[in-house]
Amino acid sequence: MKRLTFIALAAFAGCASGPSDDEARQRAERVFRESFTHGNRQMAARVEQQDDVQALCTRYRNEPPRDLADRIEAAETADIRYPASGKFLGDWRQGERIAQDGYGLRFTDPDTKRPNGGGCYNCHRIAPAEISYGTLGPSLYRFGALRGAGEPVQRYVYGKIYDSQAFLACSNMPRFGHNGVLTEEQIAHLVALLLDPESPVNK
Amino acid sequence: MPLCRLPVLAFAAALPFACLAQQETQKEIERYRQLLAEGNPADLFEARGEELWKASRGPKNASLEQCDLGLGPGVVKGAFARMPRYFPDTDRVQDLESRIVTCIVTLQGFKPEEAIKNPFSAPGRPSDLEALASYVAGQSKGMKLAAPLAHPKELEAFRIGEQLFYRRAGPHDFACVSCHGDSGRRIRLQELPKLTDPGDAQKIFTTWPAYRVSQGTVRTMQHRLYDCYWQMRHPQMDYASEASIALEVFMAKYANGGEIRAPALKR
Repeated sequence: MKRLTFIALAAFAGCASGPSDDEARQRAERVFRESFTHGNRQMAARVEQQDDVQALCTRYRNEPPRDLADRIEAAETADIRYPASGKFLGDWRQGERIAQDGYGLRFTDPDTKRPNGGGCYNCHRIAPAEISYGTLGPSLYRFGALRGAGEPVQRYVYGKIYDSQAFLACSNMPRFGHNGVLTEEQIAHLVALLLDPESPVNK
Repeated sequence: MPLCRLPVLAFAAALPFACLAQQETQKEIERYRQLLAEGNPADLFEARGEELWKASRGPKNASLEQCDLGLGPGVVKGAFARMPRYFPDTDRVQDLESRIVTCIVTLQGFKPEEAIKNPFSAPGRPSDLEALASYVAGQSKGMKLAAPLAHPKELEAFRIGEQLFYRRAGPHDFACVSCHGDSGRRIRLQELPKLTDPGDAQKIFTTWPAYRVSQGTVRTMQHRLYDCYWQMRHPQMDYASEASIALEVFMAKYANGGEIRAPALKR
């Protein structure tokens, strides 16, 4: 991804009023580092250092030019690790619990043995019984009923949850598998929540 | 969702269940907000803040009445409507809370670390800063926000805040813009303002500090930012940090012209 960064730099020249974009970016990075000094050092290190995709999406404000978007999507696609077992469909009941649960990786979440949640309902409508759902992402209600639940769809849904940016560069959706937020098994449970004919999503 | 906008009674029978449920939920939320607005507990925080403002305290046994909030020493009325802004004496851009801290340190003689040791209250541990912020903000109620953006340091803070607003990081790849880049979206049932849209920004930025019913206390803009970064899986943001103030300068530009309704009432 080094190449990607270089292209992005060349595309951005200076800008009017106050410091240039490059200067503003450098100062913002310094200010950022100096503004999270009292918390957990490991957490701070993780947010101080953006990965290439985070840095590029920041720079292009989530609207990368097409050629760069193609490269991001290709690189992220290559990083997806599909389950070694070849099994994409887990247990939709466990998927529902993961979709409800927002636990994990916040500075007040000290229990490292408790698995992280996906927090999916924060942004998506999923099963119809839950009316407290967010709308930052599209509705996933009846996902499997509308799209089928065959192997290609299972593979797509698994990949999308694992790394959303393999399909849409600079998507707002977290890269749950790529960033180690959810395990392969947890992702398979979420695939089942969306695709299993027995899941309330498809009833 | 055009169906959801149709008059409820006439079309109720024809509406799909989910649409109805959503509409009912929204109606209940609106009703709840109206009920709450009739008696805002933030009034009590304003009153306590005023007492604290006028009380002689600290190693210098002085009150905060001579604090210069930007309109000259002793002027509280309207000062919040001109913040954040550059202050020559500290040579920094400051927001409401960082400026109150400056006055606590310079006028009353508290050490900076003492002044900021309890910025956010917890049950049984009230925060003087929440009360003081409520009082000062309340003294600009009804005025229009007119935060200046002219001094080179204000312009620089704006540019830094802008960079930070779009900065994605951490295990969830979140930036401020992840939730605040579009109008009419929600996290669960909580509506989210698009902070670069003057319509949204004017309605929301000028409501902080606000009494949070779910937390039983007034929360400030500093707390709002700290809480956003918590949700963004970032570490704890330092109170009155330069990044927090830069973000406020960035937001204030879009919120300028909005009527100050702080301290407001929220869920």
